[in-house]
Amino acid sequence: MIQDITPIQKAAIEKVNAQGLRVLICAGTGCVANGSMEIVEKFKEYGLTVNPLGEKDKMTAVPTGCHGFCEQGVLVVIPDLHVTYVRVKLADVDEIVNEHIIGGKPVERLLYVDPATGEHVQKNENIKFYKEQTRVSLANCGHLNPEVIEETIAMNGYEALHRVLEANDPQAVVDTVLKSGLRGRGGGGFPTGSKWQFTKNAVSPTGKKYVVCNGDEGDPGAFMDRSIMEGDPHKLLEGMAIAGFAIGADEAYIYVRAEYPMAIKRLRIAIAQAEEMHFLGENIMNTGFNFTIHIKEGAGAFVCGEETALIASIEGERGMPRPKPPFPANKGLFGMPTLINNVETLANIPPIILKGADWFANLGSQTSKGTKTFAVTGEINNTGLIEIPMGTTLREIIYEIGGGIRNGKKFKAVQIGGPSGGCLTEEHLDLPMDYDSLTAAGAMVGSGGLVVMNEDTCIVEVARFFMNFTQNESCGKCTPCREGTKNMLKILTKITKGQATLEDLDLLEELAYAVKDGSLCGLGKTAPNPVLSTLKYFRDEYVEHIVNKRCPAGVCTALKTIEIDEELCKGCSKCSRTCPVGAISGEIKNPFKIDQEKCIKCGACVSSCPFKAIKVK
Amino acid sequence: MEVEKNFKTAFAGGFGVVDSILEKYEYKKANLIAILQAIQGEYNYLPEEVIIYLGTKMPLSPATIYGVATFYSQFSLDPKGKYVIKICDGTACHVRGSMPVLNAIKGKLNLKEGQFTSDDGLFTVETVSCLGACGLAPVIVINEKVYPKMTSDAVKTIIDTLLSEERK
Repeated sequence: MIQDITPIQKAAIEKVNAQGLRVLICAGTGCVANGSMEIVEKFKEYGLTVNPLGEKDKMTAVPTGCHGFCEQGVLVVIPDLHVTYVRVKLADVDEIVNEHIIGGKPVERLLYVDPATGEHVQKNENIKFYKEQTRVSLANCGHLNPEVIEETIAMNGYEALHRVLEANDPQAVVDTVLKSGLRGRGGGGFPTGSKWQFTKNAVSPTGKKYVVCNGDEGDPGAFMDRSIMEGDPHKLLEGMAIAGFAIGADEAYIYVRAEYPMAIKRLRIAIAQAEEMHFLGENIMNTGFNFTIHIKEGAGAFVCGEETALIASIEGERGMPRPKPPFPANKGLFGMPTLINNVETLANIPPIILKGADWFANLGSQTSKGTKTFAVTGEINNTGLIEIPMGTTLREIIYEIGGGIRNGKKFKAVQIGGPSGGCLTEEHLDLPMDYDSLTAAGAMVGSGGLVVMNEDTCIVEVARFFMNFTQNESCGKCTPCREGTKNMLKILTKITKGQATLEDLDLLEELAYAVKDGSLCGLGKTAPNPVLSTLKYFRDEYVEHIVNKRCPAGVCTALKTIEIDEELCKGCSKCSRTCPVGAISGEIKNPFKIDQEKCIKCGACVSSCPFKAIKVK
Repeated sequence: MEVEKNFKTAFAGGFGVVDSILEKYEYKKANLIAILQAIQGEYNYLPEEVIIYLGTKMPLSPATIYGVATFYSQFSLDPKGKYVIKICDGTACHVRGSMPVLNAIKGKLNLKEGQFTSDDGLFTVETVSCLGACGLAPVIVINEKVYPKMTSDAVKTIIDTLLSEERK
């Protein structure tokens, strides 16, 4: 007889209610760096003595996972008072407690200011950044303390697992996932239900099967998986247990990047607590279902995000990809059938079970169901983590949620999907963001990293940056990838230095296709994407570097010339005193001059000039 | 150098620490990465002697272990400084100017091309691909502590603060 979950839920809700007025303080990696733990401590000091205005008789400080609005951190949310405070500093705690919590008067200066209207916004749901979002996998991130399991249980945690175990029909679970239309959130976009079905159908020589969660979020500029692992680890664990039940596995691994120490710590705490409550481990909820989850720390290799390389790494080997087939579904970890899903994919499972496949399938676009998280960074006003229905346009993301380009600059492009993705330009602003539209445009959803670039970003430099990354991370197994990326990088570097010819550009393109066609795994196959897509949309910028030896964005150091505008120069001599190589000379009160032979183009003089007379060309 | 001194004291008593790590991870090949991480946690790098010793204790050759150790960027075969400065060069940090910050650090520590640890053995500088704190770009991490929104000047001040603490 399955254990009754209702009394456990009741006890959890009581425990949460006993906290009184909950003050949610963001304790994600970003906000911790801005001092949120000190703020938590300060609120805790107050907690015992404060008698808040209203019904609640006490106050509790709750450190939570990432709220997503990293730009405005540290964020402090008090749901009972319908208020979100932004950019909170330690010194502000006194005022929040005394003025608002005890006094009932919101602290206006700490409210979010809508840049469009200039008005203070008090309610979380009225802040544009949040208003336009639909949160499914991130639904609880920021609303609960990830280190206290009762907080999750009070928000329906492990109810989906209970429901699945009670129904005791693994095929029905696979059918629900199939019907929901969920596709892999790690980049490939493979239908999750099919993957589950293959692994369920696979015959294991020993009966053993594994579930592996891919938490090796290596794409620079993506941090959604980190936020889920840090902010709502139980949702991931629950999703894994449901997957294990569906495919018939009793053991699982979460492979987490070593760069995410906080995620590792919180997952360890979560696993221990879930085992204690019999939601994981032996005889789960008295049903006889066993499911053990181990954590494997990565050691810093981007290629381990590729599923076969990840398996090799868990087995203790060099993380090199293996040829497919056999697919992991048939022969994966330790040679056994293995289901590999990404963190975000698995975090979507409990809501799908609870709310139904139809609910999920109604979100999103025709071929891409549900929601997707995007990490929006770069030259944009509201950097942070967002979750939106698939098919939302780029324009909505950048201008509605993202608040537009920083410092009123002009939008140039977004790089989407990290080093495997491509760039999108102004003409794509109304493109629906889903798997198929993006692939058709030469980019990809990838893991969802979205880096916004403005007119001051040199597109060739960005392509060189990504090539440098993939060249470094190439495992060396396939010659086209190992040697091809190296030579592509060489050409790109030549271009940024103004030493390339137009023939080099042709060779670059030819190499790009050779690497794409000749590599075994996703890393090599997609490594040329940034080059190909920037060549497609910004070819003239490449040509400008080669023919006119000029960097239009003024980024490439070797192509810069720094000049003093004689009209504006007042001859104050500040620049010549700042110049580290003594390249600037002149007479006081007369225009100064830069010796181009000596100049190292460091730009120190540009920022030192009080009259803005020194220009980079 | 302090690190070398630590190394000598560490091995004065033999490989006891390594043995207890191996014990904990049951000498299993699948645990090799975790074993190497634990050893690096102990010595702050992977000494060659230890890699060879592992080869005698585990069902793996030193060459295989060396292969794994050199594959992953987290492992270092050279001693690291007391303060490990990781500078994020992920896309977001790169676009917001992580390279000028790196150059400022290198200048401040007098690091030559290809040199990553300062002459006094105090600081090691590494670039990492993405720390996932993109909202705070550019970021650096010094021994687990994250410093947000770095500038060339701010990073010099941070190093100065650490140096003055060292002199105390």
